[in-house]
Amino acid sequence: MKYVIAVIRPHKLEDVKAELEKAGVHLMTVVDAVGCGRQKGVTEIYRGVKEVDNLLRKIKIEVAVNEEYLEPTIEAITKGAYEGNIGDGKIFVMGLEDCVRIRTGERGKPAIG
Amino acid sequence: MVNYTDTVWMLIATALVMLMTPTLAFFYGGLVRKKNVLSVLMQSMIILSIISLQWVLFGYSLAFGPDIGGVIGGLDFVGLANVTMKPLEGQTIPHQLFMMFQMMFAVITPALIVGAFVERIKFSGFILFTLLWSTLIYDPMAHWVWGSGGWLADLGALDFAGGTVIHITAGVSALVFALMLGKRCGGGMGSSPHNLPFSVLGAGFLWFGWFGFNAGSALGVGNQTISAFLNTNTAAAAAASTWMILDWMINKKPTLLGVITGVVAGLVAITPAAGFVTPMASIVIGAGGSLLGFVFVTYVKEKFGYDDSLDVFGVHGMAGIFGALATGIFATKSIGGADGLLYGNPKQLWVQFLSVVVAIVFSAIGTYVIFKFVDKVVGLRVEKREENIGLDLTQHQETGYTLID
Repeated sequence: MKYVIAVIRPHKLEDVKAELEKAGVHLMTVVDAVGCGRQKGVTEIYRGVKEVDNLLRKIKIEVAVNEEYLEPTIEAITKGAYEGNIGDGKIFVMGLEDCVRIRTGERGKPAIG
Repeated sequence: MVNYTDTVWMLIATALVMLMTPTLAFFYGGLVRKKNVLSVLMQSMIILSIISLQWVLFGYSLAFGPDIGGVIGGLDFVGLANVTMKPLEGQTIPHQLFMMFQMMFAVITPALIVGAFVERIKFSGFILFTLLWSTLIYDPMAHWVWGSGGWLADLGALDFAGGTVIHITAGVSALVFALMLGKRCGGGMGSSPHNLPFSVLGAGFLWFGWFGFNAGSALGVGNQTISAFLNTNTAAAAAASTWMILDWMINKKPTLLGVITGVVAGLVAITPAAGFVTPMASIVIGAGGSLLGFVFVTYVKEKFGYDDSLDVFGVHGMAGIFGALATGIFATKSIGGADGLLYGNPKQLWVQFLSVVVAIVFSAIGTYVIFKFVDKVVGLRVEKREENIGLDLTQHQETGYTLID
């Protein structure tokens, strides 16, 4: 079992969701975030005072997947989020110890999907 | 004799000016950080309450009571004694209505100063300071300029709706307060507004309320009322565009915050002049107030490094000074008041200059003294820890917004 965390541009969320659906991944958690990587940051200006390197708006998508879905998930997210510019985002893959479906008490592989 | 048409308008105007105080609360509230929004709103709301009471108890008497030595109004009107429905001499509205209209000005003036000390003021000290400031600075100043027998009024100083009495005093007091209080801790001088839409709502309703503020200062319905109304709108419009153009040229982008700041600067600048100048002059006055405000907010504040957080001095102080002087230049008896420099009467400009200097010096010294006193007796600044957590939680044990429902 793996836990996939992807940080993407906010406006690519719909595209990523669509690609994940096609890959058979329907379950996810989405969080509003701010962050930056090589994109540096955004400059805002208020009454003439510049705020440089403000963190940019991002979206974090978190998906728990069984092994066989890992590569399709990574491909789907990449395809949906790609624009070809710095700031497209990153995908982090972590090992998942266990997963529990609260309603039924199922654990492990069956609980993920 | 009561004129009921005048009375109806003045009732409306009074309500319009009252609206400006909660509105100002939102203008300021949107500009501070999330964790301090309630404290800012609270300060305005409680000023509305405290000064409404102070005014009917003794504030009105000090400001507009029968003159004593040109300096103060005395105690004849304490508790609204002798304040009846019968109009004052020369007026056509019930005395109590005139008192109420003036009340709304007395309320909003200390509320303006809030902008200088947001995010670090101690609530108890703030209340005591406000009460003392209104009584010892606003009430005398109002008497000098507007009280019959007031010494600046007798000298012929023109202040139609309070450029000097309200904006210069508030602006200068704010500057002194900010200098004495010190800067906000860390990240202070220029944190993003947490809710600019609030501030825009605020600015829009301030513009609306200002029609009551200026046109209502005619104390009735007549040609001067119409002139004041038109001048108010025109100056605000000129100021908004001016600030946008300056923003665009100098900061490379036209900003919304710039536009609404410009609007306020223009409204402030026209306040002393509204019933005395032509609409064409209003364009110049609005644009000039905006330009001066822009310079102070953008360059002077940064150069001198004081944390007048919401630019009370930069906008209200400077545009107020400009407007008061511009009144001395552009005033024309054909609209109202007296003739200014452009109409062959240079003396008016000199009187305006004097009233400006008096307002500045009196406010500065008065604020210094009151600050020192209140700071010693109650304290005016919160601890660093409290400032970091935020005033909403530490001063009021409330939060403005929940993260999750």
